[in-house]
Amino acid sequence: MGLDFSVVPSYFGVLLMGAGWTIAITICAGILSFFGGIVFAVIALYAHWALRLPVRGFAFLFMGTPLLLQLFLIYFGLIQIGIDLPAFVAGVIGLGLHFAVYNSELIQASILAVDKGQYEGARTLGLSRGQTLRRIVIPQAVRAVIPPMGNNMIALLKDSALVSVIGVMELTLAAQQAISRTYRPFEFYLAAAFCYYIVNLALEAGLRHLERRIAASR
Amino acid sequence: MTDQAFVTIKNAAKSFGTFEVLKDINLTVQRGQIVAIIGPSGSGKSTLLRAINELDPLSSGEVWLEDVQINKKLPYRQYEAHVNQVRQDIGMVFQHFNLFPHLTVRGNITLAPRMLKGLSEAEANKLAEEQLAKVGLSEKIDEYPSRLSGGQKQRVAIARALAMKPKVMLFDEATSALDPELVEEVNQVMKQLAEEHMTMIIVTHEMDFAASVCDRVLFMDQGVVVEEGPPSVIFQNPENERTRNFLRKHLSR
Amino acid sequence: MDLDLILRVYPFFLEAAWVTIQLSVLTALLGLTCGALGAAARMSRLALFRWIGAVYVSLWRGTPALIQVFILYFGGPQIGIQLDSFAAGTIALGVNIGAYMTETIRGAIISVDRGQTEAARTLGMSRWETMRKVVLPQAARMMIRPLGVNINALIKGTALVAPISVVELTYTAQRFIGSTYKPFEMFLLAGLLYMIIIYAVGHGINWLDRRARIT
Repeated sequence: MGLDFSVVPSYFGVLLMGAGWTIAITICAGILSFFGGIVFAVIALYAHWALRLPVRGFAFLFMGTPLLLQLFLIYFGLIQIGIDLPAFVAGVIGLGLHFAVYNSELIQASILAVDKGQYEGARTLGLSRGQTLRRIVIPQAVRAVIPPMGNNMIALLKDSALVSVIGVMELTLAAQQAISRTYRPFEFYLAAAFCYYIVNLALEAGLRHLERRIAASR
Repeated sequence: MTDQAFVTIKNAAKSFGTFEVLKDINLTVQRGQIVAIIGPSGSGKSTLLRAINELDPLSSGEVWLEDVQINKKLPYRQYEAHVNQVRQDIGMVFQHFNLFPHLTVRGNITLAPRMLKGLSEAEANKLAEEQLAKVGLSEKIDEYPSRLSGGQKQRVAIARALAMKPKVMLFDEATSALDPELVEEVNQVMKQLAEEHMTMIIVTHEMDFAASVCDRVLFMDQGVVVEEGPPSVIFQNPENERTRNFLRKHLSR
Repeated sequence: MDLDLILRVYPFFLEAAWVTIQLSVLTALLGLTCGALGAAARMSRLALFRWIGAVYVSLWRGTPALIQVFILYFGGPQIGIQLDSFAAGTIALGVNIGAYMTETIRGAIISVDRGQTEAARTLGMSRWETMRKVVLPQAARMMIRPLGVNINALIKGTALVAPISVVELTYTAQRFIGSTYKPFEMFLLAGLLYMIIIYAVGHGINWLDRRARIT
């Protein structure tokens, strides 16, 4: 049974749709992980202990376990407590929370590194603590960690392949569908890998562009 | 102009542990007056200035702006609200500018007026343009601070403070971090404010500037006001030995 | 929390944890080998080797590890590579993490001050001697911590062989979730074992890093 790539083009549409879903998941989970990261960071640094401790415990747990295991927990755990979410939503939540924890670690360190003069500058204008945090400190802290958060986004794109395991229809599962009809795993997984690679290159280029654009405002 | 007290500091004292930074300081500044505070580093002059807007709260004593006590003892939430309110009337300029790097010059100036005074975008923009024209930087309105020289940054910082229409301006060694050739442009702006009778309290190392612009000079050392008076007296005919020693070192340069 | 259930199933998890540890060790060894070779290729004087190194890093880091596992395990037989799931998983994950380690090792070597190389070369040492006696000993200390980050990722990454039915921790948790409908208990059990492994290895790496800094 040698290789025969001639079957791949007839499943082009299936793969393309899968790639579209992969991009959609990456964007949704990316947005969730970005804002979730900020929220977790603020809670971990400033909130009342009754909120801070659970969030820190959650971060500890999520940083020490594999994403795949977390996806199983969220997908089956939600079903167990009676919330039957579509696989897509469960996948976005799982990926988003996982990377929010990593982003939160970056943002926390970055918030603590913001110059004391920035607080003083804002406070002397009459801004309250909350206003200073929201308008001055967090925007600066987030800008400073755009490059490493970008790396997390790239990791998120590739890890989105894992949600195929809980049945989210995306690129990896699309390839598996084609394989189940053609019995040509090598060709279709390679084709899927090629699609991931292209999306990955585009994402990297986009992030570099973003980094250049914010360079002046740091 | 009246000779009524505008900024009043009564029995101000502050200590870190057993180290007394300020010891029983009294100071009255009248409306439109320009007061320079000079003294060796560690004399407490910056601490005194930063006590006026509660950046470094006093251990004891009172600070008043007109008929409002700035350092009122209040429950935490009320204290925060009160301090945020009074700080809007007190402009402050720092040695290291403390401009917000993520905002353009326009954003730096309009942020507080829009958030705290409820100005519309158009009103705030007009205000920013006016204040920038005043410090001679109209063309930099859409630049980020990272693209400005030190002198330009400090002039923007002054414009930012002025945009809140403060009753008094505090300058904390505003030219100390600047390259020598950039000092003059900032001094010019401060002189212009002096001509407009802005009430100013200026902590500075520049004796020439203090002598030419200020109405009164305070010499501080080791947490006390050693001597105060008009610049002509302090700089030409100081009474105190410590003042003379300090000036000998600083005026000869 | 169903304690009875946990007490009944935990021996299966212990056995699975042992598989995860084996996977981690073998993957790490293969990864370090690929990383060292990759870094050598990336820094070679021959353009061909540099190109091969760059392509390896770009392709293997630019595509999902899961897909790489699938290509080798399911696609391998088509090109005459017949491996059991454990071997296929270990090789695919090892080569994958090797691409990341290539960049870690290269980064550490580059970060050694150029003056060190120049000083050694002016003493008359050859390129290879300079690398072995001067640059690598310094780079080795600097790469411990970032390699630790790679190893941490690799341990969690071993879960990716669960979909090809290697009976390790995540596969075991998945199977017991399916048969007991107790996702939280199974997650905590597997999670606890993962964390013991990960934090133990993390401590080991910190210890190594501290020791390397003293000498």
